[in-house]
Amino acid sequence: MSLPLDRAGTPLGDLLLRGARLLDPRAGLDQQTDLLVREGEIAEIGPDLNARDGAEVVDAEGLHAFPAFVDPHVHLRTPGREDEEDIDSGTRAAAAGGFCAILAMPNTDPVVDSAPVLRSLRQRAREEARVPVGFLAAITRGQRGDELTEMAELAAEGAVAFSDDGLPVRSAGTLRHALSYQKLAGRVLALHEEEPSLSGQGVMHEGAVSALLGLAGIPSISESTMAARDAAIALYEDARIHIQHVSARETVAAIERAKAEGVKITAELTPHHLTLTDEAVMGLDPNFKMNPPLRSAEDRTVLIEALRSGAIDCIGTDHAPHSREEKEQPFEVAPMGVTGLETAFAALHTELVLPGHVSLALLVERMTAGAAPFDLDTPTLTKGALANIALVDLAAEWEVGEAGYESRSANCCFAGRRLTGRVRMTVAAGAVAYRERSFAIGAV
Amino acid sequence: MRNLLSIDDLSREDIERILGRAQSFAEVSGREIKKVPTLRGRTVINLFYESSTRTSSSFELAAKRLSADLVNIKALGSSVDKGESLKDTVQTLSAYDPAAIVIRSPHAGAAALVARWTAASVINAGDGKHEHPTQALLDLYTLSRRRPLEGLKVWIVGDVLHSRVARSNILAFTRMGCQVTVCGPPTLIPREVESLHCDVRYTLEGLEDADVVYALRMQHERMEGSYVPSLREYAARYQIDSRRLSPHQLLMHPGPVNRGVELSSEVIDSPQALIVDQVESGVVVRMAVLYELLAGGPRSAGGRAPSPTGAETEPQPA
Repeated sequence: MSLPLDRAGTPLGDLLLRGARLLDPRAGLDQQTDLLVREGEIAEIGPDLNARDGAEVVDAEGLHAFPAFVDPHVHLRTPGREDEEDIDSGTRAAAAGGFCAILAMPNTDPVVDSAPVLRSLRQRAREEARVPVGFLAAITRGQRGDELTEMAELAAEGAVAFSDDGLPVRSAGTLRHALSYQKLAGRVLALHEEEPSLSGQGVMHEGAVSALLGLAGIPSISESTMAARDAAIALYEDARIHIQHVSARETVAAIERAKAEGVKITAELTPHHLTLTDEAVMGLDPNFKMNPPLRSAEDRTVLIEALRSGAIDCIGTDHAPHSREEKEQPFEVAPMGVTGLETAFAALHTELVLPGHVSLALLVERMTAGAAPFDLDTPTLTKGALANIALVDLAAEWEVGEAGYESRSANCCFAGRRLTGRVRMTVAAGAVAYRERSFAIGAV
Repeated sequence: MRNLLSIDDLSREDIERILGRAQSFAEVSGREIKKVPTLRGRTVINLFYESSTRTSSSFELAAKRLSADLVNIKALGSSVDKGESLKDTVQTLSAYDPAAIVIRSPHAGAAALVARWTAASVINAGDGKHEHPTQALLDLYTLSRRRPLEGLKVWIVGDVLHSRVARSNILAFTRMGCQVTVCGPPTLIPREVESLHCDVRYTLEGLEDADVVYALRMQHERMEGSYVPSLREYAARYQIDSRRLSPHQLLMHPGPVNRGVELSSEVIDSPQALIVDQVESGVVVRMAVLYELLAGGPRSAGGRAPSPTGAETEPQPA
């Protein structure tokens, strides 16, 4: 990784995957053969490989091996709400979902807006993290939207990027200064796009379903107008921005226009916006409440097309754990957010790949594409590369939640659904981070 | 039927059966002793998280006239004030083995949540801006005593956006074969409301075609959200007064009325207004709903079996 991510020290054992179908679309690799990991690196790809004594040998016939996934958008709730998630449980959930690297948002309590908070988090990640974690720092102090954080110092302390995620940067002037300051601090700004005066008290997408349910709506233009504003400021300041969790077709259009104008802009899509619509809210289950909200079927169609065309670059889960008692409240009262690390691949495989909306290769490409916007190395199955591998059984069917979650929270919008495709093993930064039905890490 | 959470749960036949039973209870209400023993020994809990006069008093009377034991719980002064969660409150009350819990909440979906946490029958007495199904049923009952419902043209006028009554009534009127038009300032009409199979108008032009004018309460607090510039402008455009109300039309309103805002005084007091009839209907319709859920059919779960002293038979008017 070119930027420093943190993880707990893990023994790097040798590992031989026998007979997996190796698929890495970027490397032009699609072949059933063996893959040997030695001292954390991919040492060999080819038929009939042999491992040294003591190496773990996995009979992977019938399984697929992908470059492991990168999630640029995770809430680890630490510090402050360790009852909902901590670095250990959150990175375990990531590993169980096939992720080899995740980026944690700074909207914690306290907010990650000073070097000491960031330093202590990184220290903790070096003790607990099962997969490498990068931490973002806030754009404004306390995410209050007025004063900038000490962005240069935070960058030097290892902040991977900056974000006020959970909230927009309301003031155009403040955002302009932050983007201008990027020339000094470096690091992309990841932006939660929402115009508060349009969102109002909204709790779901404004449309036919909100009309029926009598719930205050969040109109699509709340997101798209802010994204368009921020793209214009980024162009003016020649700065890099990353648009988080795009939900509305109008926002896709705004991003396409910005890209055409030469704005240095990237964007992400969540698995839930790609697979669900506001119809899911009909039952008023708070596990379908998140911000931005699930949009209409037409929006979903446009998002899938944007994923396919590359108008939107990558997948980010916006994994947002909440405690049971917080979600066991009426829909309007319950907090926004759903978990997603453990179900991302299976949900997208089931809802997008199996029905033929996108190819498996494209999904794998987009699930690893979250690295590049943040200057991280993109995982790859090539000789000499650091071993980042997701070993997946594409035929395995499972019911979400039936065996519990690695996450400390259970607010998953796919709970109870049957999904197809199960991560069997994850290798992250050279070491085994997850084996199905086992918490063990490290080579045997 | 176990719960009444939404008008959407009711078929046309269900609604007709409930209205028919309300009619037979109306005959009971005409007697000197207005009680029937149908729900003797069974408990009904009124759980109100919002202030209410009409709904809570009419549910109370309905339960008492069916001889049920009634517990009234208001959010104020109860353990709810001490921060007890809705789930804990419902589970505590369920320990009394109630036959029914009637819930009013400021939050959409609260009644459906309660139904997940208790074996009692749950009746939605208003959940946020979502639904108020017993109001819609009593409105249908009131109207059906004056006119056949099929083909009636109903205009619902006012703040549709914030009205649970409007939502339940659009569903209920259309289910019974009425043609519904909603009318109000564009800022107070929900986007895509036409997906509920109603027409949308932003002026009262064409109101003369309506058979029934159903005015909604215009709340003063809507002034703060800048939904309308002033109550004066609202009244000038949307108030139902004697010039706008034709003699052939019936006028309804869920109450409480803001005199001089959505309705002028002279139409409130005119014989065309069914507003008092609506209140009167509230008791018998809620009796019919309690009967439907607690004594009308085979019990699925919760509560004791209907008592043999009358629950298995239709109420017997004198």
